[in-house]
Amino acid sequence: MAALPDSKVPAGRLQEKWDSYKNSIKLVNPANKRKHDIIVVGTGLAGGAAAASLAELGYRVKSFCIQDSPRRAHSIAAQGGINAAKNYPNDGDTVWRLFYDTIKGGDYRSREANVHRLAQISNSIIDQCVAQGVPFAREYGGMLDNRSFGGAQVSRTFYARGQTGQQLLLGAYQAMSRQIAAGNIEMFARREMLDLVNIDGRARGIITRNLVTGELERHIADAVLLCTGGYGNVYYLSTNAKNSNVTAAWRCHRRGAHFANPCYTQIHPTCIPVSGEYQSKLTLMSESLRNDGRVWVPKKPGDPRAPETIPEDERDYYLERRYPSFGNLVPRDVASRNAKYVCDEGRGVGETRLAVYLDFTDAIKRLGEQAIRERYGNLFEMYQRITGENPYKVPMRIYPAVHYTMGGLWVDYGLQSSVPGLFVLGEANFSDHGANRLGASALMQGLADGYFVIPYTLGDYIASSRLEAASTKHDAFDEAENAARTRIERLLSIQGGKTVTEFHRELGHIMWDHVGMSRTREGLTTAIGKISTLRDEFWQNVRVPGDNAMHNKNLEFAGRVADFLELGEVMALDALTREESAGGHFREEFQSAEGEAKRNDAEFSHVAAWEYSGDPSKPVLHREELDFENVKLTTRSYK
Amino acid sequence: MQIKLKVWRQKGPRDTGRFEEYVVPDANPHMSFLELLDVLNEQLIMEGKDPVEFDHDCREGICGSCGVVVDGVAHGPQQRTACCQLHMRHYKDGDSIVVEPWRASAFPIIRDLVVDRSAFDRIIGAGGYVSVSTGAAPDANAIPIPKVVVDEAFDYAACIGCGACVAACPNASASLFTAAKISHLALLPQGQAERAQRVVNMVDQMEAEGFGDCSNHAECEAVCPKGISIKGIATMRREYIKATLSQ
Repeated sequence: MAALPDSKVPAGRLQEKWDSYKNSIKLVNPANKRKHDIIVVGTGLAGGAAAASLAELGYRVKSFCIQDSPRRAHSIAAQGGINAAKNYPNDGDTVWRLFYDTIKGGDYRSREANVHRLAQISNSIIDQCVAQGVPFAREYGGMLDNRSFGGAQVSRTFYARGQTGQQLLLGAYQAMSRQIAAGNIEMFARREMLDLVNIDGRARGIITRNLVTGELERHIADAVLLCTGGYGNVYYLSTNAKNSNVTAAWRCHRRGAHFANPCYTQIHPTCIPVSGEYQSKLTLMSESLRNDGRVWVPKKPGDPRAPETIPEDERDYYLERRYPSFGNLVPRDVASRNAKYVCDEGRGVGETRLAVYLDFTDAIKRLGEQAIRERYGNLFEMYQRITGENPYKVPMRIYPAVHYTMGGLWVDYGLQSSVPGLFVLGEANFSDHGANRLGASALMQGLADGYFVIPYTLGDYIASSRLEAASTKHDAFDEAENAARTRIERLLSIQGGKTVTEFHRELGHIMWDHVGMSRTREGLTTAIGKISTLRDEFWQNVRVPGDNAMHNKNLEFAGRVADFLELGEVMALDALTREESAGGHFREEFQSAEGEAKRNDAEFSHVAAWEYSGDPSKPVLHREELDFENVKLTTRSYK
Repeated sequence: MQIKLKVWRQKGPRDTGRFEEYVVPDANPHMSFLELLDVLNEQLIMEGKDPVEFDHDCREGICGSCGVVVDGVAHGPQQRTACCQLHMRHYKDGDSIVVEPWRASAFPIIRDLVVDRSAFDRIIGAGGYVSVSTGAAPDANAIPIPKVVVDEAFDYAACIGCGACVAACPNASASLFTAAKISHLALLPQGQAERAQRVVNMVDQMEAEGFGDCSNHAECEAVCPKGISIKGIATMRREYIKATLSQ
């Protein structure tokens, strides 16, 4: 059992840690950078930004993505915006305040130093993106516009209509494209990472499957950067893209990278509700809608009336009632949990009664339909396309859905995992959002890691490590490639009675029922048993069509579901072990008299990092204590 | 409701390919078109047949992965909608639907409905960017950009790179795709330094990839899920002429 490595947080005042880190690291001289190959897996905001920035510095980058083009990673679907402490609106924002809101929003379960660095870097990200030509929203005078988001009382969110993620990702993609054309990045699209290759205790390569030909390929480098996103699809239904998966991260976990806080899952409050069993994914409606939309349900349970016929005094604007100072802009975990409560009381709306209204009538009266159309036009269109209803006329129906995972591979201050040479960026790591992420902070973190953190921390690793020459003929590559091949052959040979999707959906039901918005000791124990049984059944009874030597989506998904079936159990175990409520992790046993999350700082103010032991059901727990030297731990209150 | 599907099946780029007919007996009006294909594939797997391969990812109309020709129209009958957001409520019980891949020699077929669109990446690589390395940016508010200008630039930047414009064009031209990026960057102050070189390089790359030229059919605009205007193509032509004359 390997102990958890040191978090390597620099000493000194919080405000000076990042500068003192940069002052003390080793640098790689420009002529030497081109002697180093760097593997970057994933081309979302973190991976795209990292690949472009490292190539600009002179490293030889090999970039990998599972889509047909690096422009399609799921960062593209982020709608609402990106935070920065520019304080352009002059409404009192500072780096400290962005840091404080983020750490408080995360329910005091993240590292102070990482979060503060994120807030410091935030302004440079906006500068960089604007310089790339990202068309952020502007005011008539030509200056950048800001809007407010949940969990903050200032307007610090920069946005590009409801397509901020798309525009930021295309900025990073275009920067990458310049480097690909210049020969500084070698791009491998339609490749899936199936294993990590460690040589002499350091990450030195990966095994990939060519998703067109089925060929297994070996790639070697001096460091591996994992930028492969989150694992929300363990729930089957989530707002994640269909190809988003945990496989690359999980394979690294099995090779020695500890998995931190897997139970911290964000359930986003404003998604389009589920309509049937055939449903393949859920669609998010940006949180920005809560700026102008009012959330309500009828006061009377089971009220059958159409929303517009329910008089004002028979409506319960429950967020405004319970949280007068933040109202509809409470953080996501609070909004989601309250939606669940009112539906549990039988006051849900729509056919399934698993929805609440998000109503724009007042905003349209106040600002006019045109203003609302300008702010949210594409979101309204999307809603109408999916539901067939016109949200300018009838209130939207929304319900929480799995959206983001705060947990991920454990990393130190330099984003290095517990495997030397393996760095983890963006949603794939656990580092900045604690137990709950604030809106518009994911884009900020992905780009911070990729543009402004990794270029420094990777350089320090390269300059201070003795990397022996190695080749893809090394035994470690043989072993990893053989393991990947054996697994594929096994998946194809079972030819059982249930499809991959059926198993995935079943896993999703278990996760949503027991490891979802509200968790109990009993439910989690049940989930652990059920997942382990389902995993056994999967390996006896799954049916994967076709063969390896072809474009075979079902085979890709089979490998991913097999990994989700291991991860799901660790998530439940982590949730069971964390005997407190914090952010997105709500244990029914630990709540205040008013039903708010109740933390246990004395016993659980730590990161839970799980080490793979060889048996997926028996990971080993390591704890990293969280030291709060600058903020006072208080009960989060948005009242 | 029952839906009949006639789907193009092709094992690889060199296979001749053919239509095959299937029936989905219990489609739901609320499901999306891709969910209909999911249901069909579950059926095929249990019958011991190979499922229909198609690209898809976000299923929210923004990643640009999906794209098939539905009854002769790229992305199907609903305007400004990628086929992942086309819902079956636009069809009725007993309807037949013909499904084909994008057809263009610059987009070789990989399998069934999956095509290789990497030519688009190379067009962007030829100049669809602003050369600003990380760290070299001035303050974001240093250059004011009028709202109307940035809004117009955004209309072009909204391109999702799905390739419907190519599939719909009788010449299999990538003009709308290429023009969208050229127009986006030509409108903004950030794009000025490389403006002339960009249009020349991107247009040359488009031709080198084997896409046809534009002859103003405007089919691309009609099928574009993001409603990108062919005014962009006029901009591209003007930019190209200006750039080549001033060289």
